[in-house]
Amino acid sequence: MTKVILPELGEGIEKATVSYWYFQQGEKVNEKDDLVEITTDKATFNLPSPAAGTLIQIILSEGDTVHPGEVLGIIE
Amino acid sequence: MSFEVFDLGLIDYQKALVFQQEVFKAVESGLPQFALILCSHYPVITCGRQANKKNILVPAEELVNRGISVFETSRGGDVTYHGPGQLIIYPVVNLAHFKKDIHWFLRLLEEVVIDLLSDFGVEGRRIEGKTGVWVGEAKICSVGIAIRGWISFHGLSINVKAADLDNFNLIRACGMDVNLTSLETILGRNIEISDISKMGSELFISKIEPGSILAGGRVL
Repeated sequence: MTKVILPELGEGIEKATVSYWYFQQGEKVNEKDDLVEITTDKATFNLPSPAAGTLIQIILSEGDTVHPGEVLGIIE
Repeated sequence: MSFEVFDLGLIDYQKALVFQQEVFKAVESGLPQFALILCSHYPVITCGRQANKKNILVPAEELVNRGISVFETSRGGDVTYHGPGQLIIYPVVNLAHFKKDIHWFLRLLEEVVIDLLSDFGVEGRRIEGKTGVWVGEAKICSVGIAIRGWISFHGLSINVKAADLDNFNLIRACGMDVNLTSLETILGRNIEISDISKMGSELFISKIEPGSILAGGRVL
């Protein structure tokens, strides 16, 4: 099981918004596929999948606020 | 540090985007470590990820009549306008080679523009909590970037020609009621995009990698 965790995005960036999941829950993903897009004020940030497997759970959905270090979803 | 600079001149937004994607793949594969794409666009309205379509103030047919196309893009930010009177800089940078920090990178882009303006004796400034560069209370530069795997794309636009500002009236730029200005408006004289594009790229390179101009990249 691999947790999809939002990394630190930069100094002073304490939160961002989940703007787009490229995959739905239950879909298979490859390592490094674009998995989820996060948006801060003037930047979008694409988080690649940390592992190959199935996206078994989306914990934070589109529109949710996310903080660095938080788990966005789980791949198994 | 290897880099390349591409000056595309006046180019269609979508063609430049395709070119940007090609450069992105090159940077992703490791060479060059960063690239700058300089260009201007034919009139176009682009919508970032936070775009509210209500910020386009005129009906679609009016835009068609004026020859202005609309694109949805993957950059951050709201609605903006690009035209032949702006210098656009798309820095495609693998931040893993420098600093994995979006805030740092956005501030660096603003600093390039502030220094560029200062070379013309114009005092540019940031406004706390907003991204972009202002002269007095008027905005001269918009910034909107995207990052994938810590490689940046999209970038910034600087208003150079006074004649192009009218089209900003078609939108609420960046979702704000903001006054726009241009370098020509401030200086009261003619400035060509080509006058500032080389300055802009050299400033960017010297800031992101001090000494790299001397080390020598390829300027195409």
